Amino acid sequence: MIAFRDIFITGLLLGGIFALVSVGLTLQYGVARVLNVAHGEFIMVGAFMTFWLLGSANLNPLLSVAITGPVAFIMGFILHKTLFRRLMDTSPSLDIFEGKSLLASFGLLYVVQNLARIIWGSDVEGYNFLNSTVTAAQIPLNRLVALAFVVVLGGAFYFFLARTRLGKAIRASAQSPTTAELMGVDIRNVLAICFGLGLGLAAIAGSLLSTLFAIQTSIGLGYTVIAMVVVVMGGLGSITGAMIGGIILGLVSSTVTFFHPSLTMIAYYVIFIVLLLARPKGIMGK
Amino acid sequence: MKAIQMTRDKSVTLGLLIVAFLILALLPQFTSGYLVTLLIDILKFAVLTVAWVVFSGPTGYMSLATAAFYGLGFYIAAVFSGTVPFPLLIMLAGASAFVVALGVGALTLRLRGVYFAIFTFALVLLVQNVVLEVERVVTQTRGRFVETVSTEGVYYAILIVFFLTILAAMLIRRSRYGLALQSIGEYEEAAAHSGINVVWTKVLTFATSAVFMGMAGAIIATRRTYIDPYIAFNLNTSFLPVLMAMFGGMGNLVGPVLGAALFTYIGEILLTRFPDLYMLIFGVVLIVSILFMPNGVLGLAQGVWRKMRGGGHAPS
Amino acid sequence: MHLLEGEGVSRNFGGLVAVAGVDFYVDQGEILGLIGPNGAGKTTLFNLISAALPPSAGTISYEGSPITGLPPYKICRLGIARTFQTVKIFAHLPTVRNVMVGSLFGTGSRSSATEALRIADEELEFVELSSLRDVPAGDLTLASQKRLEVARALATQPKLLLLDEIMAGLTRNEVEEAMDLIARIRARGITVVMIEHVMHAIMGICDRIIVLDFGVKIAEGTPAEVAADKKVIEVYLGEEI
Ligand SMILES: Nc1ncnc2c1ncn2[C@@H]1O[C@H](COP(=O)(O)OP(=O)(O)O)[C@@H](O)[C@H]1O
Ligand SMILES: [Mg+2]
Repeated sequence: MIAFRDIFITGLLLGGIFALVSVGLTLQYGVARVLNVAHGEFIMVGAFMTFWLLGSANLNPLLSVAITGPVAFIMGFILHKTLFRRLMDTSPSLDIFEGKSLLASFGLLYVVQNLARIIWGSDVEGYNFLNSTVTAAQIPLNRLVALAFVVVLGGAFYFFLARTRLGKAIRASAQSPTTAELMGVDIRNVLAICFGLGLGLAAIAGSLLSTLFAIQTSIGLGYTVIAMVVVVMGGLGSITGAMIGGIILGLVSSTVTFFHPSLTMIAYYVIFIVLLLARPKGIMGK
Repeated sequence: MKAIQMTRDKSVTLGLLIVAFLILALLPQFTSGYLVTLLIDILKFAVLTVAWVVFSGPTGYMSLATAAFYGLGFYIAAVFSGTVPFPLLIMLAGASAFVVALGVGALTLRLRGVYFAIFTFALVLLVQNVVLEVERVVTQTRGRFVETVSTEGVYYAILIVFFLTILAAMLIRRSRYGLALQSIGEYEEAAAHSGINVVWTKVLTFATSAVFMGMAGAIIATRRTYIDPYIAFNLNTSFLPVLMAMFGGMGNLVGPVLGAALFTYIGEILLTRFPDLYMLIFGVVLIVSILFMPNGVLGLAQGVWRKMRGGGHAPS
Repeated sequence: MHLLEGEGVSRNFGGLVAVAGVDFYVDQGEILGLIGPNGAGKTTLFNLISAALPPSAGTISYEGSPITGLPPYKICRLGIARTFQTVKIFAHLPTVRNVMVGSLFGTGSRSSATEALRIADEELEFVELSSLRDVPAGDLTLASQKRLEVARALATQPKLLLLDEIMAGLTRNEVEEAMDLIARIRARGITVVMIEHVMHAIMGICDRIIVLDFGVKIAEGTPAEVAADKKVIEVYLGEEI
């Protein structure tokens, strides 16, 4: 019973984090048309920035998202305005742009990962954060706190998309860039903002993940794959799909990890491949 | 008139190929070991790039599965090295890659566009993880040892496979399958309704291109004494050929070979000059070359057409 | 025996019934018109015949044997060729290569490249596009692209040709030319089913007409019969038939 409850809570938490990561990726692909294989690298960057802020400024890891998120957002915004904007302007068709931007993001993966390795080394790092358990429940406190945090963040982001003008513009662009343009949305800025938001969410997820797991400069790719699984699960470009898919995958992950940790990765891929073949448009797709 | 022109073109190309082959074949007699080693690397990437272009060039399906078939070759080499003669080993790797690619292709080639790219991307990592797990459970180790082959042996093997790849690519391009592949890349639905067995054409070509990737893997594996899933199924092997093909251009087969040679050489220089910063600089080179590459070479060999005529024509 | 026959042919998209239990036949040598308002299910019916889509229910037979479940390329090789409402050409290939795809792969018997090229040139001549044989198909005008699709379909040596709105978007003169083209196709002994909105063209060249509305066959008969049909007049209220 207790095992079941632990699996569930951990799964929800992981799911919430995966949801953040995946919404980030789906914003990048669905709106900006960049299939960013370097997405996970920014999770790693967020995690290491949090680790570093804790060590140097003794900043509370949960509060560090107020720094890691915006920093990554700015990086993403600039990256899009320079690199991907140019690729877009020089590509004769969307297919070619997608191909080129995928390759460029692979180059980015190298750059980010190796810069991080130079700055932070390649050792496994970690810290203790709120590891005291809640009595009787035996759940580490950090999981509950992080879970609450994810819920608040996810809610805030959802509110942003649903209610604010910019959020509506983003959703319109995800549906159809032409419609968005007709609504008077400046699509160029929206694309860069979405790319930035994607990286911002990745970095925030990274900050939260660092409260749970040990980190290493090579962890990025694994999370990229998770995000891709979720995004395909939810339907490329679907924000709601990414949120639901993230939570499902989090639950799957914590379950498989509980019974057989070394099969977790394989479980992701199996789900992924089966889904892709059975429902290429995603569980939410028509 | 036209027919005569064609046959003359053909014999000129064939003549050039034979000359190139002879020069490359005699090279080890005259040059240093370093050049031969570099050439092995270049030829390896040339094989991977040309093989990639055979399928992805005309059809526009961006396959990132290269590393899966190449890595399969590694493992065939590791499992059978020492028990099977080198040439047979290479053929075995090619055959296995063909069979696996047939299966993968039959499953996945109905996925379009970015879905196919994502699938093949994940496939490499899936295979990597599965092999890791199988090794952990079955052999309780992470890696395997491979019996090495002399540098010259490897050189000649990869040289022969290189020419086979070029030959196959040329034959496919000029045959009816070339036209079938192009029309699939242009408009798959119209191709199907014009009598092309779209599924079979795609799967067969995909599997054919995998043969050469598998063979290259088996050959190069013998350069190492030790392999493990991370070495064998490395995403670089999937991405680099795409980049090299884009860099060189896909209008003809010289482009991909040139792209492979240039990129390998640049990588080699970086590795010797800046061993610590190698990967970082390589990433930057990668991004810069995508940024400043000529337009429209990705996806379709017809990009050349498009450029000559100016402006694209998206089919409605 | 009819050349082509459908029984209870249906197709749903989710809750939408695009084609609802339509019975139809096509006889050797005739020109059959398929008309109906936008969204009536005409193109969907073509898609079902040519196996672009599987039917939700019903069977389709060709020359007496069922063809439901066959892949598109087999349907084509059996002798059913089609064109598309929104043209689907190989835009970056020269015009003649577009047609050659049909003659090389679509005929049902293996032909040499030389033979296929010869047929392709003949069909280009037939649709009067020979002068543009080496131009990338994407550079042609819409009217020429539609003719190119007809040539590609003809190059597969069909017995039955399905034409989906080849006159839409054409000028008056081009429509006249297209009507002439269809007449010449019939003269070759090829059976034609045509979807068209250009009413005078339909009424002028069809032997028989089927009218679809909301996926249902509401009328069938000679042009005169259909034009006098009350249900048809209701559907086309205000439009001149
Ligand atoms: N692939 C499809 N998916 C979903 N709905 C479709 C599809 N094709 C056609 N439809 C719908 O089926 C109906 C009939 O369409 P169609 O056959 O194209 O009509 P027509 O050719 O008579 O104008 C329309 O409501 C259309 O929206
Ligand atoms: Mg229609």
